[in-house]
Amino acid sequence: MTGLLIILVSSILVNNFVLARFLGICPFLGVSKQVETATGMGMAVTFVMAIASAITYIVQELILVPLEIEYMQTIAFILVIAALVQLVEMIIQKVSPTLYQALGVYLPLITTNCAVLGVAILNIESGYNLLETIFNGVGAALGFTLAIVLFAGIRERLELSSVPDVLKGFPVALITAGLMSIAFLGFQGLL
Amino acid sequence: MKLGKIFMNGIIKENPIFRLLLGMCPTLAVTTAAINGLGMGLATAAVLVGSNAVIALIKDLIPAKIRIPSFIVVIASFVTIIGMLMKAYLPALDKSLGLFIPLIVVNCIILARAESFASKNGVVSSIADGLGMGLGFTLALTILASIRELLGAGSIFGISVFGAGFEPALIMILPPGAFLTLGLLLGLLNKMTQKTQ
Repeated sequence: MTGLLIILVSSILVNNFVLARFLGICPFLGVSKQVETATGMGMAVTFVMAIASAITYIVQELILVPLEIEYMQTIAFILVIAALVQLVEMIIQKVSPTLYQALGVYLPLITTNCAVLGVAILNIESGYNLLETIFNGVGAALGFTLAIVLFAGIRERLELSSVPDVLKGFPVALITAGLMSIAFLGFQGLL
Repeated sequence: MKLGKIFMNGIIKENPIFRLLLGMCPTLAVTTAAINGLGMGLATAAVLVGSNAVIALIKDLIPAKIRIPSFIVVIASFVTIIGMLMKAYLPALDKSLGLFIPLIVVNCIILARAESFASKNGVVSSIADGLGMGLGFTLALTILASIRELLGAGSIFGISVFGAGFEPALIMILPPGAFLTLGLLLGLLNKMTQKTQ
């Protein structure tokens, strides 16, 4: 049990996917203008990552390893993720059309969110079992959500402050992310 | 002439990092040392040229509805090939880039060029576009990595520049350094282009 808890804390805070591992930067910068859309994005990614972690683990153990075609890992995993994202897209379109509108092009782009493929590959590399895999997937996704929601909160404030012209938009967003990343370095001593 | 223009477009006018802001994850993650930046850039460029060429060849055979999954399979195949080649011939570089080699699959630049260029143009111009974009990406990564290595370790490509008395700013090769350097670099580029306008 403590092992699972350590995995969770490590993936949310210490090795935060966005701010320490640099996975999922595109949606982090792209969908973080408002807290509401950032939360929606975080939830969609959490759902995809949790299920993708479990399914890619099963694909690896039951198909790739027995057939000795581990080199097909990248191709197999990305297809699983693409299919999952399609499913999530259809669900969100039905359940919440407003959220669907707000997420826009970034929803299908979850497929190319490197955090999803990244966590799947990291799970296999770390030799986790199925339960640990799911915990790591959920933790990583919650870490992503935490980072993007905090970042969106700061950016909403940033809109109202006077920023030098040349730094407007992406440059100041990146510098903000850098300062957040320094703050997250503080969690290093936690484990 | 036209090919040269397509080629230069990716390097300067539509530089994937400095202008289009695509492919941020590898950009920030592997630029801790100049050699890593260069290696990552070249690996990505190789995949980009290969996938652009194949997609331009088979674009008429792919039904429009399933084009994105088909593109991804083509890209993933090239990434697998490059990954195997690097494991065999450049094991040290492969180790330091680690996870980010398989993750070239999900680099937005590659899919973006497949969708917006290779699926609409011929093979030769698609290769030129892939080369230009790939080298533009490599250039940006190498610049960023050189700055970070210089400030964070006092060297470039592993060659010590400042001598033993230099106190390196470790923060530059830690994650925050990546965000700060790229942010300030983009601001500087904005300033420079503003002046010429």
